[in-house]
Amino acid sequence: MKIVIIDYGAGNIKNVKFAVERLGYQAILSDDEATIRTADKVIFPGVGEASSAMRKLDSTRLSIVIPTLKQPVLGICLGMQLMCKSTEEGSTEGLGIFNVDVFKFSKEVKVPQIGWNQIENLESTIFNGIKEKEFMYLVHSYYAPLCSASIAQTTYGITYSSALQKDNFYGVQFHPEKSSVAGEKILENFLKI
Amino acid sequence: MLTKRIIPCLDIKNGRTVKGVNFMDLRDAGDPVELAAAYAANGADELVLLDISATEERRRTLATLVECVAEKVNIPFTVGGGISSIADVDLLLHSGADKVSVNSSAVKRPELINELSSKFGSQCVVVAIDAKEIENDWRVHLVGGKVSTELNLFTWAKEAEDRGAGEILFTSMNNDGTKNGFANEALARLSEELNIPIIASGGAGIMQHFLDTFTEGKADGALAASVFHYKEIGIAELKQYLNTHGVPMRI
Repeated sequence: MKIVIIDYGAGNIKNVKFAVERLGYQAILSDDEATIRTADKVIFPGVGEASSAMRKLDSTRLSIVIPTLKQPVLGICLGMQLMCKSTEEGSTEGLGIFNVDVFKFSKEVKVPQIGWNQIENLESTIFNGIKEKEFMYLVHSYYAPLCSASIAQTTYGITYSSALQKDNFYGVQFHPEKSSVAGEKILENFLKI
Repeated sequence: MLTKRIIPCLDIKNGRTVKGVNFMDLRDAGDPVELAAAYAANGADELVLLDISATEERRRTLATLVECVAEKVNIPFTVGGGISSIADVDLLLHSGADKVSVNSSAVKRPELINELSSKFGSQCVVVAIDAKEIENDWRVHLVGGKVSTELNLFTWAKEAEDRGAGEILFTSMNNDGTKNGFANEALARLSEELNIPIIASGGAGIMQHFLDTFTEGKADGALAASVFHYKEIGIAELKQYLNTHGVPMRI
């Protein structure tokens, strides 16, 4: 199986590669269109700031490539948010895969949310073997509200989408690569789609 | 519900752990990778690796170690100790650290916090503050607490938040090493005056101290070293205890 992690210079993507390797698979880091298009599974990670990440995607044409991919694609954290219509962070237009806008958490809670929180209302095969209210590691200041694409939700002040799915596109707000055994299981489920 | 975090701290010198020699029948107790993996398996929510070595080789040694930890450990970890530039942080994050903590270097040049948060995002910038209460004034100290400054803890913490810190790691020098509990009054004040997570450090001795720092001290996480290294408190046991006393924990 050919697993490609999209490398567009955003944040630390080595951790995703290490997690894939712990599961017994190999992953290639790449920003090359042909390499990405011929992958069996594509992981779209991201840690950092949305508008600068989006500029990188635009400059490498990846913003055109990603929405047209046919194989299973998993966006993680900022990757998931960039797959939405837009994000309040830096007033950024997203890839528009998920028909939802991303907003900043209100000041009623500490921002960023950092730590372990629960995911529930799990509705996807990527959550096979994962119990309701399982804990996942999250680090973020912006969130996608609940919408028709929600496949998991989390509550931090408000209840929001902690995972989204549309067709072959999956997005998780949490970090499966940093969420202990349960996180690795979700990553493994995705790789086995 | 977002849980409170239990964070063991590993002191690293020249790529080896300094404390923790009796821990959990490890083959090599001085190996930070093995110790980190053991903590992760025992339910630690996060780890801090604090580099206390002072050799010129330190940066490369540390980056290599960070990469080894990242390969093996499936929970987040922060790396701190002598970080003073964007290049330092870039190397550590690319080696697999989730967050970095800056301390003295940020006091000497506060713009560093702005630079790091705009380049890497606030979420990976922890500002560590060592402070000591002297005549009712919490004074920030530098170089591992050796050098006193005129800076006030609360003023500096607020400035760090405004400059883009994602988290404050506050070590009370009055409490550190005493095993008499955390500096809960100062912690609660930090938590009220700032809107970013506050990690308590210094003073852990018994399980009750963790309960107190999460309730009275309103801390978001609690860091400790020796009580975990010497198995005086087991992490699983501690988390169970806290959960029973109404503190949300990942069990």
